[in-house]
Amino acid sequence: MSAEALGPKEVLKTIDYKPVKRSWLELTVEFRKGTYLYTPPRKLLDYLGLPNPRKWLPSEKDWQLPENWRQIILEGMKDRLSKYRSFQLFLDICVRCGACADKCPFFIGSGDPKNMPVLRTELLRSVYRKYFTTSGKLFGKLAGARELTEDVVKEWFYYFYQCTECRRCSVFCVYGIDTCEITMMARELLNSLGCGVNWIVDPAAKCYRLGNHLGLPPHGFKGVIDTAIEDIREITGIKVEVSLNRKGAEVLFVVPSADYFASPHWFTFLGYLMLFHEIGLDYTFSTYASEGGNFGFFHSAELAKRLNAKMYAEAKRLKVKWILGGECGHMWRVLHQYMDTYNGPADFLEEPVSPITGTKFENAKSTKMVHICEFTADLIYHNKLKLEPSRNDRWKVTFHDSCNMTRAVGLFEEPRYIIKNVCNYFYEMPENTIKERTFCCGSGSGIGADEHLEVRLRGGFPRANAVKYVRERYGVNLLACICAIDKATLPPLLQYWVPGVEVAGVHELVGNALVMKGEKPRVTDLRFQPLKGEEGEGDV
Amino acid sequence: MDWATILRNFLCQKKASILERWFNLIMESYPGDSLFLKQEKDRFANPVGYTISQEIETLYEGLLQGVASDKLITSLDNIIRIRAVQDFSPSQAVSFVFRLKQAIRDELDKEIHEGQISKELLKFESKIDELALLAFDIYMKCRENIYEIRVNKLKAEVVGALKLSGKKSNAYQVKK
Repeated sequence: MSAEALGPKEVLKTIDYKPVKRSWLELTVEFRKGTYLYTPPRKLLDYLGLPNPRKWLPSEKDWQLPENWRQIILEGMKDRLSKYRSFQLFLDICVRCGACADKCPFFIGSGDPKNMPVLRTELLRSVYRKYFTTSGKLFGKLAGARELTEDVVKEWFYYFYQCTECRRCSVFCVYGIDTCEITMMARELLNSLGCGVNWIVDPAAKCYRLGNHLGLPPHGFKGVIDTAIEDIREITGIKVEVSLNRKGAEVLFVVPSADYFASPHWFTFLGYLMLFHEIGLDYTFSTYASEGGNFGFFHSAELAKRLNAKMYAEAKRLKVKWILGGECGHMWRVLHQYMDTYNGPADFLEEPVSPITGTKFENAKSTKMVHICEFTADLIYHNKLKLEPSRNDRWKVTFHDSCNMTRAVGLFEEPRYIIKNVCNYFYEMPENTIKERTFCCGSGSGIGADEHLEVRLRGGFPRANAVKYVRERYGVNLLACICAIDKATLPPLLQYWVPGVEVAGVHELVGNALVMKGEKPRVTDLRFQPLKGEEGEGDV
Repeated sequence: MDWATILRNFLCQKKASILERWFNLIMESYPGDSLFLKQEKDRFANPVGYTISQEIETLYEGLLQGVASDKLITSLDNIIRIRAVQDFSPSQAVSFVFRLKQAIRDELDKEIHEGQISKELLKFESKIDELALLAFDIYMKCRENIYEIRVNKLKAEVVGALKLSGKKSNAYQVKK
């Protein structure tokens, strides 16, 4: 019966305070607008050569799955079980102790038990039991096994796109089960049916064609660089030099494309260019390796590998010695944990050495790629930069550890060291919300789409809650971070939960504090906002 | 002693048990047994449970003592902001206010049946109804906030697109 046809008594009957109590094995998912991601148009799947392109939406009853969809899933599972030992192990060894259960920000924010990592994994594990284990085949439900039905596929889509692969749960698992890998497998299986997400496939297709998620051609990239040079000249009076595709440069610098497109990323981008000018770094950008991020990683290992290949290819073509990478989260997870296997060995590159301090980055011996925060922290440590932290005095700063930078790369101290040297006011959030135990922004792994905002606000609530605490206690008004997705998705999160707190990259703060040789007296920061003490009468 | 004072005394004496009952009734609106939401006391590990348990106490005190409505609004906002983005319909999201009526009726069951406080309780329940109206306003504000954020994001993307097309935006320029 439609809502319009209901009388007052019927309407009252529809108001129920309690959700329906049913077995978790039986519940079907309701795709309410605001809680699901849009699907990619077939032309994008065609372009990338991905299977089963079609026009469909999760809210529709008929998902138009291919006729042999069950066979595709089961063969896909079998293939992955034989290929990835971790997949088989993670499905077999969980004892349902529940240590992970209350660690997922989506469970904490929603209260939905299927967002407990253990139960989210059961959605897949139950099918594994049914078709791949003797007990499941014999005892069915009694052994926690269930049939693979279209409703199960729909449930996978709903919940595996509510996992941001942040891996907070894995920190607490006594067996070391990485639920993120389960999500990765589930998404690969869904994508084998053509059940993907536009926010992932669209940038991946652009990246495959033009080298960056924006789909920006080389001349567009050049135009953006010119704009950045002009902004810096206006603020500092200095015209920085930036080279593109220059063969023989010592360093190839790769950034996430959001750095030269979005706000507040842009100010971090200005910070990089100012820093490199000041230390005289011999570096170049590549207009093809113009994307550090890798949305293919949120789709499948195969697509991630394809998108990643350009990085070493461009380093080889340009004959650089090593690669420097900008502020990004999942970019660094891919570089740190997958690139060597995907497209290595990078034996044509040299072990990275800072040309300014002589520091050998031994941790990058294999990948030949150094994180910008390691590089800058080393410069500061060796006293190579002249800094004026008071230029950041309008900010009371806290630092959000990006999931991938902490739990995948282990980079905790360098960004903090930099911030403490370029800012006068820094306050940590509570211990159980930072470093290894940091809370996710709620929008990583390709689910940061606009249409998905409600779910993102739920998943990001635990992070925002900790920000709110330091806001109320210390008057914090800036959340610094080193991840492009964070910079894009934390501002809306904070606008909803903690208005009055802005977001910035660490190198924006470096750019503000950096005293450059020959610069004019600075009156504004990189946002063109007056520095403290420089506010005119008309300024607010 | 008048009936209003008698009711107030009951509500004060039974504050802890009424709040506990109210909290548990609210938790019933979540799927599963909500044990985590009920039991985890760390404010950062369980911000939903913590916020609700803290704010309903403020609301209860507010109704009893007649505190300023802006304080009530802040408390309501802290709860409704959460429920406005959880998997609830609008009526479910604000239903927690009405659950206080049930908590009080259950706790004061004996007194109500003895006919001591029924009339005064009706007056008190009217205050709860007023709180519910405030809750509806706040729910709408939260939802509008979500749509505002989405619109602002689109606007920011236009600024970014202008930058890419070489038409520099002066969105961040200081007013001269």
